[in-house]
Amino acid sequence: MLKIRQLTVEVGGKEIIHRVNLTIKTGETEVLFGPNGSGKTTLLAAIMGLPKYQVTSGSITFRGKDITGLSLDERARLGIGMAFQRPPVVRGVKTQDMLTACFGKRRGKPDVIQLAREANLEDFLDRDVNYQFSGGEIKRSEMMQLLAQRPELVLLDEPGSGVDLVNIALIGRLINELLEKDCPILERRCMGLIITHSGDILNYVNARNGYVMVDGRIIGEGDPHEILKTIREVGYERCRKCAR
Amino acid sequence: MCPMKSNRDRARTASGKSAALGKDIDLADYTDSAEEPSALADPSRLSSRDKKQMLQVGITLDDRDDRSGTFIQLDNTPLCSSTSQPGIEVMAISQAREKYDWLADYWWQAVAVDADKYTARVELNRANGYFIRALPGYKTIYPVQSALYLSTPRLAQNVHNIVIAEEGSELHIINGCTTSLVGQSGLHLGVSEFYIKKGARVTFTMLHSWNPEIAVRPRSGAIVEEDGLFLSNYVLMKPVRSLQMNPITRCVGERATVRYNSVIAAAKGSSLDVGSRAVLDARGAKAEIISRAITTGGNITTRGYIAGNAPEVKGHLECRGLILNKGGMIYAIPELKGTLADIDLSHEAAVGKIAEEEIEYLMARGLTPAEATATIVRGFLKVDIEGLPPSLSTKLQQAIKASEKDIL
Repeated sequence: MLKIRQLTVEVGGKEIIHRVNLTIKTGETEVLFGPNGSGKTTLLAAIMGLPKYQVTSGSITFRGKDITGLSLDERARLGIGMAFQRPPVVRGVKTQDMLTACFGKRRGKPDVIQLAREANLEDFLDRDVNYQFSGGEIKRSEMMQLLAQRPELVLLDEPGSGVDLVNIALIGRLINELLEKDCPILERRCMGLIITHSGDILNYVNARNGYVMVDGRIIGEGDPHEILKTIREVGYERCRKCAR
Repeated sequence: MCPMKSNRDRARTASGKSAALGKDIDLADYTDSAEEPSALADPSRLSSRDKKQMLQVGITLDDRDDRSGTFIQLDNTPLCSSTSQPGIEVMAISQAREKYDWLADYWWQAVAVDADKYTARVELNRANGYFIRALPGYKTIYPVQSALYLSTPRLAQNVHNIVIAEEGSELHIINGCTTSLVGQSGLHLGVSEFYIKKGARVTFTMLHSWNPEIAVRPRSGAIVEEDGLFLSNYVLMKPVRSLQMNPITRCVGERATVRYNSVIAAAKGSSLDVGSRAVLDARGAKAEIISRAITTGGNITTRGYIAGNAPEVKGHLECRGLILNKGGMIYAIPELKGTLADIDLSHEAAVGKIAEEEIEYLMARGLTPAEATATIVRGFLKVDIEGLPPSLSTKLQQAIKASEKDIL
């Protein structure tokens, strides 16, 4: 289980997230909605532990352990993984070497060809990480890396943005595999938090609950499809007014 | 007029001429005389220490089955030369001069004898070195290996090499330069001339491993004829006091191609000024210069120069420098010169430290900061070299990998 309590996060000295509470149970997937600049990416980055995102108060507990003070790599090794929205290009590092690195010190060797086949990226293994990848290829590459990493808490930042209709179905399949959606909920080890702006990914991934974040605060939660319908009908402006 | 005499006269005139680039070296600090070892029929009889040192620069002496030929020069004396493949000649340059009168026509044609006092000294001291030649149409199955080994303190090792790839031939050479000296000074002056005839291909992979007291001044030039290819790779990963080189290739035949790749590292106290130049004088000639420079405290000037003087020539220069957080300086100087409209020359250069976001990205996959840095540095040093035989490519990567721990 992931428990976030009264979390406040600053970026460059400016408070972006204000006293946020959020819980994800093992086996479940939550969705985070919100307009641009509402703090969704900041929340994910703070859970992951990216150094630029400073937690100034509150706590993050993962599987009963307070991880608020842990470094980025310690959290990754504890089982937290994130698909970046705009990952950097890493020149010189081949995608297949990145997959091996993601696999970490687990026993055996990753079947990089099989992983690449699943993500339809077989021709990309010998290319530098993210170098001259299209938007959709980057998304698939991020999912492929997470499949090698096998995190128990999966953080996905806009996994469907910039992806065409054919590939969004593929991304959906990869997310479901990551989140062990084919297993009964009680047998799953994984949980997920997905940021989505358009909600397209919800056509492919089942999520139990949705949160709405506006101006760095969670202002509501409920059935993700209902939330999406409301946002489409009345927009975030109404939500923002409600928040005030 | 006797060209040899003319060369000597020109050398005498240049004997006090400082090099245009790099720190000036006082040649009076070095001696030319060293004990002359006797010829060695079997290089595997060298001491295990010497063999281990040579192995660092890709020279394998115990098992030479995957080499087409071997040449070893100890200080200023050729120790052995052999070839195991028909159509490939490997011998000391002194022996080649006696054997072939026509070699005088090549003497100092690709490098100017009066370029500076270092080239002059090589001529005036009648330097020895290797002569490697592929006869027309012959292709090396395995690379020829040549070792230039410096073992006498304060010695100036003077070397003059000539490589000729006759029409339609293919020659792969691995050239390792190293020393047995520890904490003692020395000077390596190496002149290398390459003549690549019509449709011939030469790959030349030079690995250097010196010590922090050695100064190095290679002087190389190549002339590439129609449809010829010259692929030159250079790796220096170990500390050296001072290195300056700026080899030049002139593509004089249509569609002649030159590619330079270099990977250099400068530890604290090392001063490196390393460049590559290509002059494209014939229609459709091509040049590519790719350099990777990394400093852990030393100073590096990395140069690249491509001149386009004929229609439809193409050139690209890529210069990347990485400063690890231990000081040091990298000065990248990419230069392009065009004299016609119908040419395509480009360059990209970048110097800096490793981007934090790249380290964090790898850390988000579970790597520690040190592992993430090492992965990125390793990737930075990995240069994919098109056209290099797999055995040489492996040797090159092994040499780089073996030095990683010194850098990180």
